[in-house]
Amino acid sequence: MMLNGADPIADALGALAAPPPTGLADKVFTAWLAAPSRLGEVFVAFTGHGVQFVRPAETLHGDIDAFAESYRDRFGRPLRPAARAPSGLLPTLRGRPATSLRLDLRGLSEFERDVLTATRRIPAGETRPYGWVAREAGRPRAVRAAGSVLARNPMPLLVPCHRVVRADGRLGDYMFGSAHKEKLLRDERVDLDEVVALARQGVHYLGSDTTGVVCFPTCHNARRIDPAHRHGFRSVGAAVAAGYRPCRTCRPAADATSA
Amino acid sequence: MVDECDEPVVDEAQEHLRRALIADLDAGFADVVRAHEQVVYSVALRLSSLPADAEDLAAEAFLRAYRALRGYDAQRIQGLRLRPWLLTILRNAARNAARDASRRPGPPPAFEPAEELSAGPGVEQRVEQDHVQRELGMALGRLPETQRMAVVLRHVVGLPTSEVAEVLGCPDGTAKSHISRGLQRLRALLAERRPALLDGRTDR
Repeated sequence: MMLNGADPIADALGALAAPPPTGLADKVFTAWLAAPSRLGEVFVAFTGHGVQFVRPAETLHGDIDAFAESYRDRFGRPLRPAARAPSGLLPTLRGRPATSLRLDLRGLSEFERDVLTATRRIPAGETRPYGWVAREAGRPRAVRAAGSVLARNPMPLLVPCHRVVRADGRLGDYMFGSAHKEKLLRDERVDLDEVVALARQGVHYLGSDTTGVVCFPTCHNARRIDPAHRHGFRSVGAAVAAGYRPCRTCRPAADATSA
Repeated sequence: MVDECDEPVVDEAQEHLRRALIADLDAGFADVVRAHEQVVYSVALRLSSLPADAEDLAAEAFLRAYRALRGYDAQRIQGLRLRPWLLTILRNAARNAARDASRRPGPPPAFEPAEELSAGPGVEQRVEQDHVQRELGMALGRLPETQRMAVVLRHVVGLPTSEVAEVLGCPDGTAKSHISRGLQRLRALLAERRPALLDGRTDR
């Protein structure tokens, strides 16, 4: 078979070759960078769809290769250094959440996505129990499963799993140790001592007799209640029986119990 | 287009890429993508109905290749012929995509807006050339998969017959006959609509 320019079909076929689009390599490679955060320096991996993976350098002994290896094991994609940080990442890591920050949740199960999305809605300075996350994710009975998803949270700090605590008022585990969890929450001005003291008296919800609304104790609406009008409840059911309605902001479950 | 006489140069470049992969998989893979993205994308374009699908398909093929490489030791990488290996992965990815697509209802037909052309010399030739290319692309799309793959690999991206055979998984002689039968069928398809394109071909 000769290709000598005299075969117009072969020539025309050769002209069908096309330069690749400039974004092709971006669809293959994930970018990584190191950035300061509330957990010290963190390594961050992100694609064109958003941030995919965050790990504190401390937990990897500052070894970027260890980060790369755990990223590849989990996502199976090659890494290359980032030219710059994606929009909203740096302020969010320092504790000032930016709405422009996008997360890449592809490759996660629907339940994992729902758990992370619900957790992301917990405001700074507030906590919610694991049961709340499970319910917000649409599977109220999957409390343990929700906990397992958060224990593997690909994006700590960006998805604030440190704000999810046990229903009995104790902090519960954190992927990088409960000491870090406590420090993050205290930095956000969560009054952990009060939460524990209330729980010891069997109080898991606070209501205001002026508004008739019942909240989680850390909800910003609960923190505004004048002590003279504040009432503690063991369960939302007890509060509802006393004529209170669940807060629309922190959404305590109407059927929740103190356990 | 790669002629047979370029092969030693290609071999040297490929050897360089294999060494880079063994030294540092991710950095080496960036070199592999850079060296092959044009060939992989050009073939993907002929296996997809839309350019955006071609980009996704090419990216998917590279990711599959990367995942395979993670499990290969240095000796296995040393023995790889990267270009035909990547194109084999691309072909399998395209077959999977086609199978998945046949299970789902198809998307609405693509609407491709006509490119705006400014008046001036050469415009007529460009319009004519665009027509020819579209016509040719459609005719290629009507070839049986193996013949289309053979013609695309040999004549669109200029692979030597030995690499075409490697991608098709058949002996060189069989690859040659897929290529020539594919070309024959292309000529027949075009003869009805584009007789001018066939003028001046070297016939045997």
